[in-house]
Amino acid sequence: MMNWMRDPTAETSAVKRPRRAPPKSLEGLTIGLFDIGKTRTPEFLDQVEKRFNERGLKTKRVGKPTNAKVATPENLQKIASEVDVVLIGLSD
Amino acid sequence: MAEKLEAKHSGKTLLAARKIEYPDSADPVEVCFERGWTDGLPVTPPTDERVIAMLKGTTRRPDEVIGRIPPFLAPCTVEKVAVNAVMAGCKPEYMPVLLAALEAALEPVFTLHGVLATTYFSSPIVIVNGPIARRIGMNSGINALGQGNRANATIGRALNLIVLNVGGGRPGEADRSTLGAPSKYTLCFAEDESDPQWEPLSVARGFARGVSTVTLFQGHGPEAFVDQKSRTPEGLTRSFALSLNRMGHANLVQSARAIVVLSPEHYAIYKEAGWDRKRIERALYEATIRPGKEILAGKDGVGEGVPPERANEMVPKFHDDGLMVVRAGGPAGLFSAILPGWLAGRNKLELQPVTKEVKA
Repeated sequence: MMNWMRDPTAETSAVKRPRRAPPKSLEGLTIGLFDIGKTRTPEFLDQVEKRFNERGLKTKRVGKPTNAKVATPENLQKIASEVDVVLIGLSD
Repeated sequence: MAEKLEAKHSGKTLLAARKIEYPDSADPVEVCFERGWTDGLPVTPPTDERVIAMLKGTTRRPDEVIGRIPPFLAPCTVEKVAVNAVMAGCKPEYMPVLLAALEAALEPVFTLHGVLATTYFSSPIVIVNGPIARRIGMNSGINALGQGNRANATIGRALNLIVLNVGGGRPGEADRSTLGAPSKYTLCFAEDESDPQWEPLSVARGFARGVSTVTLFQGHGPEAFVDQKSRTPEGLTRSFALSLNRMGHANLVQSARAIVVLSPEHYAIYKEAGWDRKRIERALYEATIRPGKEILAGKDGVGEGVPPERANEMVPKFHDDGLMVVRAGGPAGLFSAILPGWLAGRNKLELQPVTKEVKA
């Protein structure tokens, strides 16, 4: 005999989205350097940006004001419209 | 029994949550573990009769959506709250407190997503004020921050289970806490309001006396504060400041709030001198302001600290509204507790505690 209990979850069965294929080359693309709002993220991104620029790659600084809050959809949409790939300066 | 009959005879019952079937041979507690529905401790299986009984603790409709739970922003109905309340071990009469706590947690300024996702130790701390705390038998006395009281233990746990189960906030996935804290299971207690001269936290936060509230704070703990020798309010305040200034790191400043859980014996020192909540909180804030030169980065090879240009400033440890005093604890012991806040608010408006009225 079967018994049952009630599902405590949001009942959103996980459907894995296929990842976008990474670009074969960064040549000609704009690389977004995303500052999540941690205190020393800019120092880290400065170094990364220097390396990219030395190789002749185009960069653009993007981000959100504070790590305490998630990026808003508007913010993400704006970034998506301005850059081709994003590198996130995550965590400490 | 009534719920058993209701579950058996009302056809599809009132419930909309999908059924998860398991055979007679399976232990339902183990089924919950296998499905990842627990915080690591056993949960009470949410059977129809238990969920129906839980829903009787509130006048709100089972299909009412309370809000979207981070990290996956899944809508959460009153029924899903009830299912998770069953699992946490709540009694139906706790539902109004749990619903108010969830509403507080979902206020944008509480930043629940950040509290969950941070590498820091924080989780929601729940403080209950007003007559509801006594009605449901919450503990504000001996061992108030510890184990042993069903309401204290299960209301906080249910809130965290909702984030886990409905929001999908799992440790190691969206929950990135480096070490975590035992308070991530539950840290929920009532304020001791037995002294009519004391202004309860709820009143300090804008509610009338006699109104039941929950206050949510982003923090962890407790950290012990021991002072068995100070006998003046000024001395005790400076003593508290020594411990408060060590929070996170002695040289870290202006990025957090804290709760001071003031025990009866420490409170008596303030009360005898005529100090009220506002005076204690202000004095603690002022006592935690230090000369920048004492907490400079690089001093003695310690990297943490304020930059050299602040050497001549007087630097506060906390935001100017960053200290909340809550009275709790048993009658004996010159011990109090500090509940450190999440070290994320470099601007005091960025994240704040939230207080909500408890309604039926």
